[in-house]
Amino acid sequence: MTDQTPVLRLEGVVKTFPGVRALDGVSFDLRPGEVHALMGENGAGKSTLMKVLGGIYDPNEGQIYVAEEPVTIASPMQAKARGVVFIHQELSLADELTVAENIWLGELPLKSFGRVDWNKLYADTDAILETLNVGFDARTRVGDLSIANQQMVEIARALTVDPRAVIFDEPTASLTDAEKVVLFEVIADLQSKGVGIIYISHRMEEIFKITDRISVLRDGQYRGTLNTAETNEEEVTQLMIGRKLDLSRNESHHELGDVALEVRDLSCGELFKDVNFQVRRGEVVGFYGLVGAGRTEIAETIFGLRDPSAGQILLNGEEVRIHSSMDAIARGISLVPEDRKGQGLVLGMNCRDNMTLPQVDDLTAGPFVSDGAEVAIFDQYRDKLDIRTPGWRQTVGNLSGGNQQKIVIGKWLSMHPEVLIVDEPTRGIDVGSKSEIHNLIRDLAAQGYAVIVISSEMPEVLHVSDRIVAMFSGKVMRTFTSEEVTEDSLIQAISGLEGDKVA
Amino acid sequence: MAELTKKGIGGFLARQGILVAFVVFMVGFALANQRFLAIDNVFGVIRSSAILGVMALGVTFVVIGGNLDLSVGSMMSFSTIVVLDLHDKLGPTLAIPAMFGLTLLLGAFIGFLVGYLKLNSLIVTLGMLSAIHGLTLTWSGGKNMDIADKEGTWFSVFGQGDIVGIPMPIIIFALLAVLLSLMLSKTPFGRKVYAVGGNGQAATFSGIPRARVVFLTYLISAFCVATAGLLQASRSLGSQNTVGQGMELEVLAAVILGGASLLGGSGTVFKTVIGVLILGFIQNGLLLIGLEFYVQYVVTWVIIILAVWLDIAAKRGRLWSPIA
Repeated sequence: MTDQTPVLRLEGVVKTFPGVRALDGVSFDLRPGEVHALMGENGAGKSTLMKVLGGIYDPNEGQIYVAEEPVTIASPMQAKARGVVFIHQELSLADELTVAENIWLGELPLKSFGRVDWNKLYADTDAILETLNVGFDARTRVGDLSIANQQMVEIARALTVDPRAVIFDEPTASLTDAEKVVLFEVIADLQSKGVGIIYISHRMEEIFKITDRISVLRDGQYRGTLNTAETNEEEVTQLMIGRKLDLSRNESHHELGDVALEVRDLSCGELFKDVNFQVRRGEVVGFYGLVGAGRTEIAETIFGLRDPSAGQILLNGEEVRIHSSMDAIARGISLVPEDRKGQGLVLGMNCRDNMTLPQVDDLTAGPFVSDGAEVAIFDQYRDKLDIRTPGWRQTVGNLSGGNQQKIVIGKWLSMHPEVLIVDEPTRGIDVGSKSEIHNLIRDLAAQGYAVIVISSEMPEVLHVSDRIVAMFSGKVMRTFTSEEVTEDSLIQAISGLEGDKVA
Repeated sequence: MAELTKKGIGGFLARQGILVAFVVFMVGFALANQRFLAIDNVFGVIRSSAILGVMALGVTFVVIGGNLDLSVGSMMSFSTIVVLDLHDKLGPTLAIPAMFGLTLLLGAFIGFLVGYLKLNSLIVTLGMLSAIHGLTLTWSGGKNMDIADKEGTWFSVFGQGDIVGIPMPIIIFALLAVLLSLMLSKTPFGRKVYAVGGNGQAATFSGIPRARVVFLTYLISAFCVATAGLLQASRSLGSQNTVGQGMELEVLAAVILGGASLLGGSGTVFKTVIGVLILGFIQNGLLLIGLEFYVQYVVTWVIIILAVWLDIAAKRGRLWSPIA
């Protein structure tokens, strides 16, 4: 085996879900001793690809090779047995168990009569921990560790086998700079042992610091691999986003009306602090930031699902107190929530009933719900939003993501809100429906709605917003108009760098 | 529609497995004993299922709302004992509303714990099963309760009377079933029960007062239990403290047999009525083919397990799966 035999190679991998081609012929290879970045927008197919590699999804087509040997990976255990291990973004540790127990969970060393061999367990664990150079030992309770150290436990877990390929999924999302340095050392160490590393991250700066090559996915398709040393952020971004067109900012401004919603010094514990902004009628205000920046929490506070710890919310210039979603709806606020299936829809219910749910109390004839009034609303918004369904009796769970999202949007539009908040409106939705929903948002503004769009996708925010609020760690870093915003300044603002560099 | 043809006969069996099993049972019983399908036997089964049925109607609301109610058997004993005791102390005209009030109070308490305090319904109602039993024994002093003048009271009309030959319990069961069926399928409140049980979070995000809806389902359940207690007391005019013991499981079996999912969000009153009748006929059939009555306790358990299994199997499309 020469040094250049890829430890892991994918050829033409296809994975489809009803209505979506999540992976469309993805091929790439991972060489021993390299750090290989995998990049792409949200929904580009990175996590689907990881689930295929991890044996959670079965690919429809294509072949996976481990050390040039064709394999099928049918379960996470098989992936691990082949030396393909994952360090997940979301930690999956049992807080009440010790570090050693977590690392060897499911494969604890045993003595006779099924007794656990604690001495061996702790000794083996400490040996691994030593190579990671961490400041805790095998007997520490995992719940007592910091997030960074818990991540080290995850990494230690990966090292219980001789790994060929280690896949890091957004490993630095919750780490401080000092903790990152330790992580990068661990990665370098693995690298020197000939392990191939797939590194998934949105943070360009890290990518250019530690990776050797960069592969890009877009809309489920493999878009090419670049040598990190020979490329730059711009080229990578272009490859990721592709449609140069969509990077264009919104240029169509509508006549702005009065201020519909104003928020003054709004805080909610540690989630966000001293937030100020205004939204006028006819205006789309985009909220951009990393996951956890506090954007969704602001929306939920305005919608009455969280109690603010300080500050004011003003609707049409009048201060209001909103204690529940019922209050918010009564005052003309609508929220299209972030998690479509968890928060937006009752999947087992039919299309019509989902759409009319918030106003079912008002659609009555005598004591009963009026079928006619309900169907009328459904028909109106089905046509308006071009929802494709065989009929209103169709169970919502059977629709494609795009049509599901349109049901949720229809549900809230039919309430004729004063303020419409949409949180991640196109997450997990195919490209075609995406642009339809973007156009719809612009149309709504043209009709005089005050719209807030929360999104983690930069092209989306640029495309639909009249103004963009950049958030970092619970604070508003800066507000841009669509004329002045640049990608660089936006990225700096949401990375908390605004203070250092003036755009 | 394409969907139906795709699933074909296998899909029909997976979805209607209980109904198929029921038909097989019925045919078997009918062949084994001529009397099984005789008019008076059929009528008798419906009549004796009425009390269980009334309770199952209420529990249907609770289950569709995504919760359990294991306290109904014990609560029914309470209602029966209380109304019999108060009958002699206050007279039937006052005893009946007083008993309904007290039973609804118990339901409200459970609804408060599960709805507003968001405590696990299994634990709350299992605890109440025991607590209410204690309450009943305290009320009665542990003795059986009997009406002194059994001949001279009009109170017996609910359990023993009839209208144009149709026994009152059947009429009350049918009336309540129609009423509650309309409530569940046609009113805004019914829609909210489905939404809360189907996806509580989405219901909250749609401005539905989840806690209040859950609270009301327990109130409806308690109302049904009080009605069942009235029927029971009026039929026998005397009772032990344990008259409703074990009925919570039969009620749950009937509701699940009807096709309500234990996960909430699905089921109908009509299906529950079918479930009640299935259970009644199977128990009756077992007696007719000469098995002792206590065999039915085991059979009921088997039916519950079968129903739950088929419910899950229908969801994942096969009978067994390595991943939950």
